[in-house]
Amino acid sequence: MAEILVLVELNPAGGGVRKTTLEALTAARALGEPSAVVIAAPGTAAGVKDSLAEYGAATVYVAESPEIDEYLVAPKAEVLAQLVGEKSPAAVVIPSSPEGKEIAARLAVKTNSGFLTDVTEIAADGTATQAAFAGQVIVHSKVTTGTPIYTLRGNSVTPEPAPAAGTEQEVSVSLSDAAKQARVTDRVVEQKSSRPELTEASIVVSGGRGVASAENFSIIEALADSLGAAVGASRAAVDSGFYPHSFQVGQTGKTVSPQLYVAVGISGAIQHRAGMQTSKTIVAINKDPEAPIFELADFGVIGDLNAVVPAATEQITARK
Amino acid sequence: MNIVVLVKQVPDSGSERKLDPSDNTVARASADNVINEMDEYAIEEALAVKEAQGGEVTVLSVGPDSATDAIRKALSMGADKAVHVVDDALHGSDALQTSAVLAAALGQLEYDLVVTGAEATDSQMSVMAALLSERLGIPQLSGARKLTIEGSTAKIERQTDGGYWAVEAPLPAIVSTWDTINEPRYPSFKGIMAAKKKPVETKSLADLGIDAGAVGLANAASQVLDFAGRPPKGEGVKVTDEGDGAEKFVGFLAAQKIV
Repeated sequence: MAEILVLVELNPAGGGVRKTTLEALTAARALGEPSAVVIAAPGTAAGVKDSLAEYGAATVYVAESPEIDEYLVAPKAEVLAQLVGEKSPAAVVIPSSPEGKEIAARLAVKTNSGFLTDVTEIAADGTATQAAFAGQVIVHSKVTTGTPIYTLRGNSVTPEPAPAAGTEQEVSVSLSDAAKQARVTDRVVEQKSSRPELTEASIVVSGGRGVASAENFSIIEALADSLGAAVGASRAAVDSGFYPHSFQVGQTGKTVSPQLYVAVGISGAIQHRAGMQTSKTIVAINKDPEAPIFELADFGVIGDLNAVVPAATEQITARK
Repeated sequence: MNIVVLVKQVPDSGSERKLDPSDNTVARASADNVINEMDEYAIEEALAVKEAQGGEVTVLSVGPDSATDAIRKALSMGADKAVHVVDDALHGSDALQTSAVLAAALGQLEYDLVVTGAEATDSQMSVMAALLSERLGIPQLSGARKLTIEGSTAKIERQTDGGYWAVEAPLPAIVSTWDTINEPRYPSFKGIMAAKKKPVETKSLADLGIDAGAVGLANAASQVLDFAGRPPKGEGVKVTDEGDGAEKFVGFLAAQKIV
């Protein structure tokens, strides 16, 4: 069976593989037999190879070097290109994070291949599905040159176990000077959160301008916590200083595709719809019956969010 | 300090955007075309660096004739001059081909710093800094929410989930900027008038030494096979809160087996 290279994306600080990696392994199985590629600091692969095998990695390529994390993006692209040269895979699948897309881009130049970003589905014949223009247009595309490279948008594919051998294979790392130009000197965490990561969460509760203040975002957080959800914010809420930018959902923020998206006090401007339109189920709570968000909503409550949201939080908590 | 800022004209993300059914490319002729919003932050950052360090800001854009409007906008904000790569053979080029054209155009310019928006609002790929870094062999400082120039070193804060990475590299380098980095200035009346007289050099593929057979839709490394509008959502349920809104909302979640 054709070999498909899947780049492993890791949680920070020994937190194991990200769910996006398991999704990529699952999607890659439509094309052939996935091999996982771990490009990371020494000692990383040992802790993650079991979960990679469980989700279908026949081989786990281990490219470990202390230099990998010292520089931005370029080292990973270089090692992956070396592996593509040696193994001639039928395709490469990479989780669609900012870094993943940049690795794909560099790999495409290095291997003279086409690449497709933020795909939501990959068919057996290599045809990829993408949601263009804020999710308004569904596009089918195909790479026609070189080794097809795909980045897979998070939450598009449900990870399914398919136990495989997960045979480890060492890959030597020797970086060029060109890959060692942009040095990462510090990694700073400013907001520690026990909530799920926005793009990975199966439920997202977002607040908009209607929440009216930074303090009042606590009712959004409380609803999110009752549902085990991530918290998001519209651009209007971020621009008003109610919530930090890294939680912004929309055209200039994150694109999310959860099982359930709850939009609270969000009117539903195109800017916001761009980031959440592909969510499976959408609930809107807004006092304006004409708000465009209701056009997208499977369930809408016309009412004062300050009454509805705390009451709903209480009832959800009571059901546990 | 010679600074080049990359500018793209895109269909307005605030209005309905379409693909052209005749060749599956972005329908630009019928669109409300504007400067890519994220590029305004790149222009502002380029101007701020110039104001602090001295030097010149050159706008570089690849696009059809209409892209002149986006270039003038950048010039009216304060950039000094522009290079516009325009050639019919470019129609339908993908990101890889566009990056090759930009790299060739940059090869004919002197630069210490290249600045670009972190994404174009039409394609949303966020890859141009990586592509150009790879092609030009200069360091990639992408996704910046802060940029500092110290002598011959550029330092950024690369925006991440819940924080940032501090990344630094020697100049020349390419930096891409998010909308968290600054507040772009509005062009002044004086700026708009001055922009009309600033030099815009037009270059063809031949001027850049690029074979027309290497670019354009027919020679792209990927092809759009077909597209369709998202199927409309079925009519949802809408209730008016009369003290029972929360209950109905939770009832809906329960029916969906979410709670």
